[in-house]
Amino acid sequence: MTDQKPFVDIRNAQKSYGSLEVLKDISLQVQRGQIVAIIGPSGSGKSTLLRAINDLDPLTGGEVWLEDMQINRKLPHRQYEAHINQVRQDIGMVFQHFNLFPHLSVRGNITLAPRLLKHLSEAEANALAEEQLEKVGMLDRIDYFPSRLSGGQKQRVAIARALAMKPKVMLFDEATSALDPELVDEVNQVMKKLAEEHMTMIIVTHEMGFAESVCDRVLFMDQGVVVEEGPPEVIFRDPQNERTRNFLRKHLEGSNR
Amino acid sequence: MDFELMLRVYPFFLKAALVTIELSVLTALLGLACGALGAAARLSRLSALRWIGAAYVSLIRGTPALIQLFLLYFGGPQIGIQLDAFSAGVIGLGVNIGAYMTETIRGAIVAVDKGQTEAARTLGLSRWQAMRKVVIPQAARLMVRPLGVNINALIKGTALVAPISVIELTYTAQRYIGSTYKPFEMFMISGALYMVIIYVTGHGVAWLDRRVRIA
Ligand SMILES: Nc1ncnc2c1ncn2[C@@H]1O[C@H](COP(=O)(O)OP(=O)(O)OP(=O)(O)O)[C@@H](O)[C@H]1O
Ligand SMILES: [Mg+2]
Repeated sequence: MTDQKPFVDIRNAQKSYGSLEVLKDISLQVQRGQIVAIIGPSGSGKSTLLRAINDLDPLTGGEVWLEDMQINRKLPHRQYEAHINQVRQDIGMVFQHFNLFPHLSVRGNITLAPRLLKHLSEAEANALAEEQLEKVGMLDRIDYFPSRLSGGQKQRVAIARALAMKPKVMLFDEATSALDPELVDEVNQVMKKLAEEHMTMIIVTHEMGFAESVCDRVLFMDQGVVVEEGPPEVIFRDPQNERTRNFLRKHLEGSNR
Repeated sequence: MDFELMLRVYPFFLKAALVTIELSVLTALLGLACGALGAAARLSRLSALRWIGAAYVSLIRGTPALIQLFLLYFGGPQIGIQLDAFSAGVIGLGVNIGAYMTETIRGAIVAVDKGQTEAARTLGLSRWQAMRKVVIPQAARLMVRPLGVNINALIKGTALVAPISVIELTYTAQRYIGSTYKPFEMFMISGALYMVIIYVTGHGVAWLDRRVRIA
């Protein structure tokens, strides 16, 4: 497995805001179909790393590759824009606060990008929306506006919206953190289903139980570095690093309260 | 109060009210165009355009509209800009209110949650596609009311063209005062007609605001 060419390849990622170093030389390789969880305390740089992958927060150093293409390569502005818009079609992203478009119906949210970027006809786009909504169990809400959906429903629609672009990778940035506890499971179920379909996923999460049950690999980050990484049974059951142990212990206390 | 006189002259004031309305509509359209361009400049990626937008806004807001109007109408011919009073009024007032509308439109656009642009860009939309399909439709809802405030100010501001002899409501009142010596009656008629125009416009804005909110 290790000699296989990585699908997503982050090489020596560095990111600073002024004198604040947020990512300090991070490397991460993800194989096709792999599911990687990133855990760590608040401010450790998890979101920054995830958002570097689709260049939402451009790195100040290092490279990001998807298959044989360097995502953050140096190009003149116009060419770079065209390049990045193309690359982003292949990278789905799901946000903590859903970011559904409130002026569009569920259908409109899902069909906007495919119609605009892949020039689908209305009928094709509708079929696509129905297919994706079926997958996340939201087909009966296709003509609702986001304001009438619960948090869990919004997040499932947001996932369907990302999937409608047929991405090669899905990035999740604390997809369930903004949800009421009783709504977390419906979103987790959808993510599990994607895992079963062998979607390549990188998941920033605070839910250790979920990370343990679906992920192939777990990264523990602290202060801009990867402190420890390995299979979930090692990271969660037998962490080698002191900082990892401290973090997990504190986290356990926090969630048992 | 001389009601008989008021009844006799009010048809002339109605005509003048039409001029005020015409002036308001054209000024509003020019102002919206300037406001849209100004906002685009202020939000541009290019610092030169941002600078031009900022200079436009601060120059216009930093000087009296009356001075701008006089500069255009009386000073214009000196540098080869010859305009009739009505055109000078529309251009002067339109460019003036456009600076205020620039700030209104820009404010509505930046008030749209940044996550909206991020979500759109993440799907692969270009900067302009995200603006057109996601940000502007939401900003448009936010700007109806404040633009209504700008338009209210603009309607009242049309009185500023009286000194350059555009025959609108304020000029007409002054002219009839010259022949009747009844300033109270004449200003009452003009004032009442301004109120009607502003009242109807205000309701139009409120109606539009309700409509875009429901959609
Ligand atoms: N635009 C910015 N300007 C300056 N500093 C920033 C900016 N964005 C993030 N940071 C800083 O970068 C660090 C890492 O932030 P990041 O959001 O990646 O952390 P995180 O691990 O995702 O935390 P959380 O669990 O709270 O989401 C933090 O110290 C944060 O304050
Ligand atoms: Mg974060």
